[in-house]
Amino acid sequence: MSSNLWRSAAPSQSMDRSLKPMSETTHKRPRPIGGSHDHSHDHTEPPSEIELRVKALESLLVDKGLVDPAALDALIDTYEHKVGPQNGAKVVARAWADSAFKAALIEDATAAIASFGYTGRQGKHMVVVENSDTVHNLVVCTLCSCYPWPVLGLPPVWYKSAPYRSRAVSAPRAVLAEFGTTVGDDVEIRVWDSTSEMRYLVLPQQPAGTDNWNEDQLAALVTRNSMIGVELARSPDGENADGVKS
Amino acid sequence: MNGVHDLGGMDGFGPIDAEPESEEPLFHAPWERRAFAVTLAMGALGQWSIDSARHARERQHPVDYLENSYYENWIVGLETLLIELGIVTSEELATGQAAGPAAEELQAHKLTGENVAAVLAIGSPTTMKGKKPPRFAVGGKVRAHPTHTIGHTRVPRYVRGRPGTIAGWHGVHIFADMSAHGLKEGQDLYSVRFEAKALWGVEDVGRGAVYVDLWDNHLEPA
Repeated sequence: MSSNLWRSAAPSQSMDRSLKPMSETTHKRPRPIGGSHDHSHDHTEPPSEIELRVKALESLLVDKGLVDPAALDALIDTYEHKVGPQNGAKVVARAWADSAFKAALIEDATAAIASFGYTGRQGKHMVVVENSDTVHNLVVCTLCSCYPWPVLGLPPVWYKSAPYRSRAVSAPRAVLAEFGTTVGDDVEIRVWDSTSEMRYLVLPQQPAGTDNWNEDQLAALVTRNSMIGVELARSPDGENADGVKS
Repeated sequence: MNGVHDLGGMDGFGPIDAEPESEEPLFHAPWERRAFAVTLAMGALGQWSIDSARHARERQHPVDYLENSYYENWIVGLETLLIELGIVTSEELATGQAAGPAAEELQAHKLTGENVAAVLAIGSPTTMKGKKPPRFAVGGKVRAHPTHTIGHTRVPRYVRGRPGTIAGWHGVHIFADMSAHGLKEGQDLYSVRFEAKALWGVEDVGRGAVYVDLWDNHLEPA
């Protein structure tokens, strides 16, 4: 494995791992933090190694009396079925439909969002940043993966990976272009690096031609990516700003 | 620490290659669900802060950090904390066999299925009471300390030594750099605006700025 060239002489856990034979049935593991890349080593692994490791750890902690499997099921169910970007979309739709709510949201996002019942883990301290004709906002966590869970759920893989985390701060226009988003040179791009427990949500611009829409209709135009700031909200004809059907 | 986790401003990782929003599953393998939930459930025992958990992931070999998938890094961090705090032994981890039950006072904090919603709702607020007014006012000129600490820090390398402007004050929050090492202290937390040109030194990035949350200890007047 080429990466061994970078290591010190001391053996490490993953050097051992790299010496294990490939499984006969290749199994694509989830993408590494470092991103997808096409040089010599591939990422086929024995299919069950990490799966077994996690299973063994869970079982050990259950045996030690520290983990209740029912709690694990409830945690998974919460983020698979109850909490997700549909929450944030409702907040954005109300801000578009109700200027008093929008003002309250900008003034004290934590309280305004909590009025929907969206609060708690990874969202106790919220800030909403508003896009306009002159400002476009983009959220990143260069150091780890901070993300406003109560309004957006768990972050997508790309948000947690090196290609996004490295360049969102230094080359935001190029990053936006990778999402098909073009921001004019006269527009200031503000990148919010989530280095504390403050959590950031972008309030995208309301698409033209939706003035009389109700909140449910508006919420359908609000994508997760528009609330991270890598895309604009959908336009009412079902296309995003670049004419791509969504 | 100047770890590889501090990725801001690096090049060469290739395209972002995002899965389409409508197609991306929340988890990419069944074990990821369990890794996620075990980590949260163990965090709920209150034996470490989120800062300590982050530091445990950051401290692994940089090559491992990049080669691992996201939830693999969570498991590495969790196992590190469990061993360092003596909650499990390395033998238990290696064999998967419990040598005995955990201490009763620890078991008493176990997250149960019926408590999950309440515990998630409480979250982990980090605000504390301040003892004195904040040192900097909005609009104040500051500079991020150039210090390269060997412990945990939330100051990204790309702002160290760079001039910025106080854009907002978030109140007094638990200071993450100390919290990662088991010390709980409140400090003023600021939103600091760094002009893109002051960070990257080029004009062609277009108009822009990066906002970074920094604590009082991270800043000096400029």
